[in-house]
Amino acid sequence: MNRLIYMLPLAIFLVIAGYFAKGLTLNPRDMPSMLIDQEVPTFDLKPLKGFQRGFSSADLKGQVSLVNIWGSWCFACLAEHPMLMKIAKQKLIPIYSIDWNEKNREDGPKWLVKHGNPYTLIGDDPKSRAAIAFGVTGAPESFIVDKRGFIRYKHVGVIDDENWKSTIWPLVQELRKQ
Amino acid sequence: MIAEAGHFALVLALFVALVQAVVPMYGAHRGNALWMSMDKPAAVSQVLLVAFSFGCLTYSHVVSDFSVLNVVQNSHSLKPMLYKVAGVWGNHEGSLLLWVFILAAFGSAVALFGGNLPPSLRARVLGVQALIAVGFYLFLLLTSNPFERVFPAALDGRDLNPLLQDPGLAFHPPFLYLGYVGFSMAFSFAIAALIEGRVDAAWARWVRPWTLAAWSFLTIGIALGSWWAYYELGWGGWWFWDPVENASFMPWLAGTALLHSAIVVEKRDTMKAWTIFLAILAFSMSLLGTFLVRSGVLTSVHAFATDPERGVFILILLLIVIGGSLALFAMRGPALRSTGVFKPISREGGLLLNNLVMSTGCAVVLLGTLYPLFLDAIGGSKISVGPPFFNSVFIPLMVPMFMAMGFGPLLSWKRADLVQAALRLKTAFIAAALVVAAALAVTGGGPFMAILGLGLAGWLFASTLVELGARIKLFKEPLGASLGRLLRQPRASWGMTLAHLGMAITIAGMAGAGGWKVESVQVMKPGETVNVAGYDFTFTGARQAQGPNYSIIEGTFKVTKDGRDVVTLKAEKRNYPVRQMPTTEAAIYSMISGDLYAVIGDPDGNEGGFVTRIYFNPLIVWMWAGALIMVFGGVISISDRRYRIGAPARRAKKTAMAAHP
Repeated sequence: MNRLIYMLPLAIFLVIAGYFAKGLTLNPRDMPSMLIDQEVPTFDLKPLKGFQRGFSSADLKGQVSLVNIWGSWCFACLAEHPMLMKIAKQKLIPIYSIDWNEKNREDGPKWLVKHGNPYTLIGDDPKSRAAIAFGVTGAPESFIVDKRGFIRYKHVGVIDDENWKSTIWPLVQELRKQ
Repeated sequence: MIAEAGHFALVLALFVALVQAVVPMYGAHRGNALWMSMDKPAAVSQVLLVAFSFGCLTYSHVVSDFSVLNVVQNSHSLKPMLYKVAGVWGNHEGSLLLWVFILAAFGSAVALFGGNLPPSLRARVLGVQALIAVGFYLFLLLTSNPFERVFPAALDGRDLNPLLQDPGLAFHPPFLYLGYVGFSMAFSFAIAALIEGRVDAAWARWVRPWTLAAWSFLTIGIALGSWWAYYELGWGGWWFWDPVENASFMPWLAGTALLHSAIVVEKRDTMKAWTIFLAILAFSMSLLGTFLVRSGVLTSVHAFATDPERGVFILILLLIVIGGSLALFAMRGPALRSTGVFKPISREGGLLLNNLVMSTGCAVVLLGTLYPLFLDAIGGSKISVGPPFFNSVFIPLMVPMFMAMGFGPLLSWKRADLVQAALRLKTAFIAAALVVAAALAVTGGGPFMAILGLGLAGWLFASTLVELGARIKLFKEPLGASLGRLLRQPRASWGMTLAHLGMAITIAGMAGAGGWKVESVQVMKPGETVNVAGYDFTFTGARQAQGPNYSIIEGTFKVTKDGRDVVTLKAEKRNYPVRQMPTTEAAIYSMISGDLYAVIGDPDGNEGGFVTRIYFNPLIVWMWAGALIMVFGGVISISDRRYRIGAPARRAKKTAMAAHP
């Protein structure tokens, strides 16, 4: 009996550890955006200065696409940019984008001229309307949208070779099969 | 180059720790003095290597070396120097490096100042320390390398989370870690004692200063954290029962219990297995906090960017460290024989009650923190357990303990007379009643728990003084003799008196701020006035300004009471462009009776109005003042003479052994 009491802490700990192990597979943090597995919020953004077309939620129907949130003020977006250029050049997936929170209307277009434009369509979002609807926490952030126009994945931070190959690209291929 | 040197030093530290974990341990097992003596040089070289590594990371942050990923992700060239340095530990990798640095520092402190420890105990303690360190070095090097480079180098960094760019938070993590990691000492001593199969008064004395140090650091860390939440989050609140706050509170509860039960081991040679268990528990709770913050099993505003790979690694680490130590406890614990016996009403009984309440409190907080995870894991809904649960379960649990805290120190060891103690405490009863009456008179009534809290604070404060008075035989002997006794009190008992007085003051602050907080939220235009708790706050306008790496909206409030000027408050709302995040800097004017607290929010459309939140937080500074007094008590107690000189029990044994070689 006495010995059993001494075993009790270990037993309790092992139960808790079991839950932890389960918890690691659950990832409540993958749901910071309540939008996962929901339809893309409706928006209709004006084109950037000097561009023909803007970007609206209707553009996303019928294909698997990547929506990238960026801004010319965002240092990390510049770090991400070569990767997006590479994806665009290989035509792996159409990249739509929201140019978020520019101070001057010229800043976004200038940045694209200087560094190159990997985007299929770009919407200008100086007042954060679409960004708030998407639940964006910072830039860069990217969303994978399926053929029905549902958000299936949210990526916070820079897309690089590693997370592209390990997570995003396999998911895109998976979604294309559906 | 610097980053690579830091990385290399860390790898070397891992190997030194491996040696330190194996050689002295084996030496202690075989009784080989030479092998045991490896512990000291290993522990010292380990700390030097980690210090060097930590210095390298700090250097990279200070000079803004944007070819280091960690710097790019957490720094910015325009960031003020203080936060460039604080940014070193404001992220997962850097904070982990600080963690092992402190671990190594504690280890080397035992090596350098543990001259009075028997060599085999010291070798085992340092061996266990090194084992923990090995786990954390591997974690750093394999999953969280702070020295990773980016190529090409970034132009500038992504900046530190603006909420963390604050003096309160800059120094809050180091203190917390000193506390968390400090409990690793008690843990290592406990494991060493289980291996040796012996726990005695001398052991309790050796553990106590380390536990006191960890407890004091943790108390500062928690107080700083709540102070930061109070003025930075701008809600006028100071404790949110957030998982990460709970993660720091659980080791504190376990550590407080440990401090008290170790006294019983030292003085009465009983409650040994329980004390060993608490030592394991306190450090396990610290590790658990590390797991919760970094694995992503729970969501929290404080949580670091998380990664399942890291989560798996820490879970394995938890299984080895906590599971292993509890298994050892299950095997060896029953063999620990206690000799002291005591009645329920006795000093031991009081300390046991403290222990039961503290550990039950710890279990309640653990349950509340993990409940969302349990429910999620069995397929239930995603829920969060908030302050209502904790307040309704935790606070009532503490009430009987604060009652008992007044009695405990007056009870004698082994068997005591409760009635006699109550008679001696009649002054304290009267004091508590007076405090309640005064509170009712001043406030005209309030929530029951808050009034009870003030009464308990008065009771605890007065009964602690009564106990001090009894110890120095105040009014029983001439005043001069009492004064002489007062000056000759051992520092450990001064520590107890101060810590209990501090606790009383903290309870008063919590009760006041919890019960009578006044809040007023409104849109104000320049020139408008609101009255909050008898103070007139006049909004005199807002202006734009520019900080080093943020822009500011600064609102000014002129506060008057009955037409007389009190203070002018300047509240700020800052916007950090790099992270696109606003922060609030509340304007706070602290008085003994309470804090005047003003926050400026967003402009309200076109008419020049601003959303403002104004609070009066009664007695709130008492809370932090009390915490400081508690820490002061802890520090005084560490300096007690009997921890610096060797323990008589063990010395007696040595001479006995010398007599019979």
